[in-house]
Amino acid sequence: MLKKLGDYVILMSQVFCKPDKSLIFRKRLLHEFYNLGFTSIGIVLILSVFVGAVATILVAYNTDNPLLPEKLIGFSARQMIVLEFSPTMISLILAGKLGSQIASELGTMRVTQQIDALKVMGVNPANYLIMPKIISCLFFIPVLIVFSIVIGILGGWLACVLTGVITPTNYVVGLRSWFEPFSLTFAMIKTVVFAFLITSISSYIGYEVKGGSVEVGKASTKAVVVSSIAIIIFDLILTQMLLT
Amino acid sequence: MIKVENITKKFGEKVVLDDVTVTFERGKTNLIIGQSGSGKTVLMKICTGLFDPDNGNVSFDNRPFSNTKEKRRIDIRKEMGVLFQGGALFDSMNVEENVMFPLNMFTDMSYEEKLERVNFCLNRVNLSGINKLATSELSGGMMKRVAIARAISNSPKYLFCDEPNSGLDPMTAELIDDLIKEITEEYNITTVINTHDINSVIKIGQTINFIYKGKLWWRGDNKSVMKADNRELNDFLFSTELTKRIKLV
Ligand SMILES: Nc1ncnc2c1ncn2[C@@H]1O[C@H](COP(=O)(O)OP(=O)(O)OP(=O)(O)O)[C@@H](O)[C@H]1O
Ligand SMILES: [Mg+2]
Repeated sequence: MLKKLGDYVILMSQVFCKPDKSLIFRKRLLHEFYNLGFTSIGIVLILSVFVGAVATILVAYNTDNPLLPEKLIGFSARQMIVLEFSPTMISLILAGKLGSQIASELGTMRVTQQIDALKVMGVNPANYLIMPKIISCLFFIPVLIVFSIVIGILGGWLACVLTGVITPTNYVVGLRSWFEPFSLTFAMIKTVVFAFLITSISSYIGYEVKGGSVEVGKASTKAVVVSSIAIIIFDLILTQMLLT
Repeated sequence: MIKVENITKKFGEKVVLDDVTVTFERGKTNLIIGQSGSGKTVLMKICTGLFDPDNGNVSFDNRPFSNTKEKRRIDIRKEMGVLFQGGALFDSMNVEENVMFPLNMFTDMSYEEKLERVNFCLNRVNLSGINKLATSELSGGMMKRVAIARAISNSPKYLFCDEPNSGLDPMTAELIDDLIKEITEEYNITTVINTHDINSVIKIGQTINFIYKGKLWWRGDNKSVMKADNRELNDFLFSTELTKRIKLV
């Protein structure tokens, strides 16, 4: 365990150095934006609509008390979406998608000796392969989460319109109540940390695969499991540190 | 010239290479032969720096390579071409991009110059006009040849080929052997070839290094190999019915 952590740190130190050629790095970055980021938009949007709607309905159902003002529901739904649902839950989903994608891609390159081929050519494979993945995720996952927050809140509004749990007007009033900009900052800090965890852990696990196709399969599962656990642990740590 | 001096490599308790010293000469096809599992690939990986030796050193034209700073090693690696046992083509790229890759990374040529070089290399391995094929669309022999084209595209000084013709039909195998020998002589490359193919041994064995039980057991060339009276070498080379008959003739 400790050795693995050491190996992980060593790999990251190889990842973060000056690329051999900046033009090639930019091309690789663009490619990863598409390969990892663009292809994730659909799943994030679909999930966010439903999560937002469910959050709103749940809050409404649990605060079905005439003494509580209706705008509390919009407020609570917003807080849940901004603080936890979008940054953490969507990151967990992305850990599933991106984690397996990254680990199996790098793992296959390892077992078919493509990584060795890069190395003997005099290329730094860690830097060439992994840095564009991490950098592109650090940029687009926060963007995806902002999308997700907006769409999630929209989903809550849709739920109000379609089911009539509360009036959409009250929902909007709730949304605008007691707004603290720090909650958005908090969401973004979490997202950036999670993005780094997902990409770096999955890259490490894929990069270090030994053996054949069976091990690649195992690595891809392991990448999802380990990065999900890391996200949950860091979620707790960050929430403790930043909100209390 | 590549000098391999006193190389020892263990995996756990298992000694794979035991104090191996051998020189690979420039402008020649230097063969490493030996049974499956005798350590040919391990020796090649030590020469290319994918494994570190437990003991000993490899140097390229008097420049130390093993146990030196990564930066120095990278400089030498840029002068290497390596053909892996499985080809190791980049499957996210097509043929042209594969062969162009070393040029993209290490030269400042314009696209037209690079393309010209790629076409030249592909032509050299008799594969003109397949630039846009994906690597999954290639046959085994084509893959090997594309890998050779990639290995030579940046005009290496040192060429390592791990079993370049295993798993190919005899004609294609011979074609690849001829090709490697021609390139070696034409560009004065120091070429190292792992093989257990007796045809290659006879045809392109300009120097032959036989590895047995982790040691360099016998050294010679394709003329002396036929007359050698080393028992283990003969057992290895003339193990099949066909080759026994060749020996008798
Ligand atoms: N990464 C490794 N870890 C442990 N043992 C290894 C490793 N690589 C090779 N070996 C061992 O080293 C020995 C030599 O292997 P090597 O691949 O060099 O054989 P070879 O001569 O290339 O055989 P072949 O002709 O079948 O390719 C084998 O017994 C193998 O088990
Ligand atoms: Mg081998």
